[in-house]
Amino acid sequence: MSGYVRRAWSVVWKDLLSERRSKESVNTLVFFSLLLLFVFQFSLGPDRARVETALPGLLWLGFLLAGLLAFGRTFLVERENDCWEGLILAPGDKSAIYLGKLVGNVLLMAVVEAVLVLLFALFFSLDFTSVLPGLVLVLALGTLGLAAVGTLFGAITAQLRARELLLPAAVPVLLASVSATQTVLLGEPLAQAAPWLKLLGAADLVYLVVGVLTFEFVLEA
Amino acid sequence: MPVRALGWLAVLGLVAGIVAAFGYAPREVMQGNVQRIMYLHVPAVLTAYLAFALVFIGSVGYLLTRRAGWDRLALAAAEPGVIFTGITIASGSIWGKPTWGTWWTWDARLTSTAVLFLVYVGYLLLRGMIDEPDRRARAAAVVGILGTANIPIVHFSVKWWRALHQPATILGPEPSPIAAPIALTLFVNWLAFTLLFLYLLAKRTEIARLEERHAE
Repeated sequence: MSGYVRRAWSVVWKDLLSERRSKESVNTLVFFSLLLLFVFQFSLGPDRARVETALPGLLWLGFLLAGLLAFGRTFLVERENDCWEGLILAPGDKSAIYLGKLVGNVLLMAVVEAVLVLLFALFFSLDFTSVLPGLVLVLALGTLGLAAVGTLFGAITAQLRARELLLPAAVPVLLASVSATQTVLLGEPLAQAAPWLKLLGAADLVYLVVGVLTFEFVLEA
Repeated sequence: MPVRALGWLAVLGLVAGIVAAFGYAPREVMQGNVQRIMYLHVPAVLTAYLAFALVFIGSVGYLLTRRAGWDRLALAAAEPGVIFTGITIASGSIWGKPTWGTWWTWDARLTSTAVLFLVYVGYLLLRGMIDEPDRRARAAAVVGILGTANIPIVHFSVKWWRALHQPATILGPEPSPIAAPIALTLFVNWLAFTLLFLYLLAKRTEIARLEERHAE
């Protein structure tokens, strides 16, 4: 087991290191979220009530689009210099690679989400401090679900031209995340969002299990 | 030729189904003749579920055995499955206009059926994009499995979100309150649709086999 964790961690470490040096994904994603913020501001204007009603959807629209970019790139980097061969030749259970890539994607998304939430708070003068613990929980569960599907599909579509084909599979995660975010942002107790959180937890688990079990078949090729 | 016999049985069943739906089944008291759309709507969705169950079985079977036959089964089931889901949505829409007053509403089961439709359209598009048979089969199998694992999640997520559609009468927990003639008509139509589906499945599998042989 410790070997399994070590192998997963070495994938995370490798991706983090190359990301720290190239800053490719983070730069793209943060710049992209900034752009989204402008569009939101243009369409909503200064009306605070409208901003607050639309906020859960806007946040998740931002995360989803950033996620699409990020997940699509996950395995693209492995296409160069025969890195794919290296992954196939890696010893042990291939699902360790999946989990490593998944952790990397979740970390990347966490950075983007933190920046986007911060920018929202700043530019729309919203105060998230009172709802922060609940918000973090919802974002974590939702991001895990999106990333679990996105990482698996990223591996499938790394060799294809169209990468957004498989999105409908993520609809329940988005629906549950947006609904739970709405409840949390309204300042209602977390128990109100319990069904959504449970659903998110169940969805995360199902996607993770499917991803772990099927990843080795995707990696071949 | 058993496949051809299956085809004729399906034709027979569909004719009997149409006759029963318009001649035998009584006129519904509240909705009038519009309700007869049910004899198309319900068998179509049941057949679609059967089809997607077969996609799942074919996908798992392929990953376990790597035999091309399982992949052909998944493909041959997915295509009619998407068609039958499309029929479900279209007929439901036509039924919804006079009874609910709208072609489409973001109700729980409408939404979940639409998501199901999109997931399997995506599955077919993905298949179309990969040329290498082996790689296509593996990618498709993974998506086929995820698509099925997703069905209960989609179901519950949209169910908690909202509900306008009448609850399921046939597959619901309580004994069905449907009058006998209506139930019988529904059964005949369901049988006919299942036969039609099996016929399409057999034909499509055959075509897929010929395609593969041709490619070799």
